[in-house]
Amino acid sequence: MRWRTNGISLVVGAVMATSLVAAHVTDPKIVLGFLDFFGHWNPALTYFMVGSMVSFGLVYRFVRRREVTAFGDALRVPTSNTIDAKLVGGAALFGIGWGMTGLCPGPALASLASGGTSILAFVAAMAVGMLLLDPKFHRVVVRGATAGR
Amino acid sequence: MTAPSSLTMLASGLAFGTAAGLLLLLNGRIAGFSGIFRGVVMYEGRADEWKAFFLAGVIAAGGVASRAFPGAVPDHYEASLGLIVLAGLIVGMGTRIGNGCTSGHGVCGVGRLSKRSIVATVAFLASGVLTVTIMNAMGGS
Repeated sequence: MRWRTNGISLVVGAVMATSLVAAHVTDPKIVLGFLDFFGHWNPALTYFMVGSMVSFGLVYRFVRRREVTAFGDALRVPTSNTIDAKLVGGAALFGIGWGMTGLCPGPALASLASGGTSILAFVAAMAVGMLLLDPKFHRVVVRGATAGR
Repeated sequence: MTAPSSLTMLASGLAFGTAAGLLLLLNGRIAGFSGIFRGVVMYEGRADEWKAFFLAGVIAAGGVASRAFPGAVPDHYEASLGLIVLAGLIVGMGTRIGNGCTSGHGVCGVGRLSKRSIVATVAFLASGVLTVTIMNAMGGS
């Protein structure tokens, strides 16, 4: 079962990355052009976004009716409905980073094998940014720092 | 660089969303890249294993696809290294706090009509547009 899960994950990741590249979502110009809504707007990304939202939505409705996966396992879908400062603030912060260079996690990771040092730096910085706020990481660092004394 | 046609954009989007749907149908998981990446960075054992395989698929296929679709992955990024690192830090922090990014909230969340994700998506689209607008104004273009 593990290998089935892992194999499916591998293939899905591969398809998603390929579609990002095929649509040039990995090219900051496409993303920044889309975000330049009040300037020289490039609507191209809209087709990708709408296409992906609609197709996922349709599959989701089918899955929801089933209530379990095709193999009878539980669905792990977020259930929270809380709209708070964390959600809005975090999303807004993400949007700032996204607007700065037109890079976000998916396209950056899809570019990792071919995008050179810039992409490597972005991905590394992303990891650091994620870790900076993680309480588990803080405990590890504090333990390591105090162990040296 | 040849920009993809609207049809290519749409078809790729359909593939992207369908693949995410299959991850849910077959594995019961949401295809949120930031969460998956974080799971690999802060690996906590067997539960995160699938994320490592997902990421491997992303990186490997992305590499192959970049050759199949020349010009899709730039040889050179216009942003300075400093700006890229700063942006990466901010994206890392923002996705952690907001619990998602364009794939998790934007595609999957909006796709399943989650109020949380719709709000998050509006928020990051708004701040993204604002950021680009301000940066363009500062750049004097």
